Amino acid sequence: MSKPKVAFYWCASCGGCEETVVDLAEDILGVVEKVDIVLWPVAMDFKYKDIEAMPDKSIVATLLNGAIRTTEQEEMAHMLRRKSQYLIAYGACAHLGGIPALGNQFSREHMLKFNYEDAPSMANPKKTRPQLKFADGGREPTLPELHNVVRALDQVVEVDYYVPGCPPTPKLTKAAVTALLENRLPPKGSVIAPDIALCDECPRKASKPVNTSFAEFRRPHQKLMDPNLCLLAQGIVCMGPSTRSGCEAACLRGGMPCTGCFGPTSRVRDQGLKILSSLCSNIAPKEEGEINKVLEGIPDPVGTFYRYGLAKSLMRRKVNLPVK
Amino acid sequence: MTKEWRPRIVAFFCNWCTYTAADLAGVSRMKYASNVRVIRLMCSGRVDPQFVLDALTRGADGVLIGGCHPGDCHYAEGNYKMLRRFQLLKRLLRDMGIEEERVRLEWISAAEGDKVKAVINEMTEQLMKLGPLGLPQRFEEWDKEVTRLEEEIRGDAAGAGCACAAKLQKPAAASKSEVAHV
Repeated sequence: MSKPKVAFYWCASCGGCEETVVDLAEDILGVVEKVDIVLWPVAMDFKYKDIEAMPDKSIVATLLNGAIRTTEQEEMAHMLRRKSQYLIAYGACAHLGGIPALGNQFSREHMLKFNYEDAPSMANPKKTRPQLKFADGGREPTLPELHNVVRALDQVVEVDYYVPGCPPTPKLTKAAVTALLENRLPPKGSVIAPDIALCDECPRKASKPVNTSFAEFRRPHQKLMDPNLCLLAQGIVCMGPSTRSGCEAACLRGGMPCTGCFGPTSRVRDQGLKILSSLCSNIAPKEEGEINKVLEGIPDPVGTFYRYGLAKSLMRRKVNLPVK
Repeated sequence: MTKEWRPRIVAFFCNWCTYTAADLAGVSRMKYASNVRVIRLMCSGRVDPQFVLDALTRGADGVLIGGCHPGDCHYAEGNYKMLRRFQLLKRLLRDMGIEEERVRLEWISAAEGDKVKAVINEMTEQLMKLGPLGLPQRFEEWDKEVTRLEEEIRGDAAGAGCACAAKLQKPAAASKSEVAHV
């Protein structure tokens, strides 16, 4: 019997997810032994047309990382969906929109203008912008178009499973791949990580106060932090209470607060609003002016609470932006 | 179809004060704008910011939250919790492009039936000026870009008399965009 076919693909992503696959270290040999990699643009040379020529559903699983923000990525997502039995959204960008989804605070024109005209490092006197079609020696190549809205993978095609994280840990990746190879898959639509808040596995959990009370919020660079005490007890915004566990509190072990890359648990619809609710409820003052003074410690609520989840939040995008 | 647009307000009223006040307004036969849909909660402290956004993203033009005056909460602290959330929620909504007038927090005691009337009338008027928020329609508009590619390719395929019209993929475009991607 031939080995099961697996594909890795990347869309709007930084390459960190690909790094995790490599971080499997010697375990990757076990994976490679059992599967036949048919597509992995970051590491190996394959042609899209070879994938296109494969029969539908002939790939057992595609692990796709990155958000969808161009027509090319959208097209590849559709093709890989058609060719794969299981499509797995791998990493925060495919799962929730990720860092690229912060672009949903700005219009496409705003971003293109900045990147091709206004950026201090840009020398573009003719103000050339990428063209969708152009003449090139009798041919007319087509370039991908930038979408107005950055989307998570499941906002474009149906997704079977999610492996969360920015990037997912090697341990979770191995668990997902093993579950797949041994056919011990959870119910469709599952996020392959524990369905409980991060605090549950945080080494600082014991020091989390029963009644948190915030007299101020500080950002990590503004304070000398106690390495063992719960960060909420120290007035640091930590997304732990509204974030799914599974990373073994890697950031907290490294002395930094959770920024929420695993997304919410299954009971929460909007991760950002939930942490907003939790943090604000526990602010100490009762009077409007004093409350707002405490809240000055959170200068950018959208960027803080939706660092990875803006595309999948209830609002998805700044609502008054144009779609042209 | 040609019916004049009227704002839709979703109101979350606490059981002990504002809901009772709305009841009083009703019993006293006060007339106020019929644009409000009241949802009774035990306490304004129960208002999860997700409720507010759920209402707005499903088509409400405004959300009104009513609770007991400071110091009067039946559960001692619930209204303060809402006040604190509201302060940051307002900023978050502003950053996301939603006008401040669309979400409002009011303290209305059980005796203030007239305040229920005044607040609802005033908010309705403000929303009339602002016009519809229409988030479901905006989402639909945004998502046209992900069906456009599909339609374009289907149109092309149909034009070429191709049997695989239902297939989304256009191999030629894929290999070109591969070049562009590198």
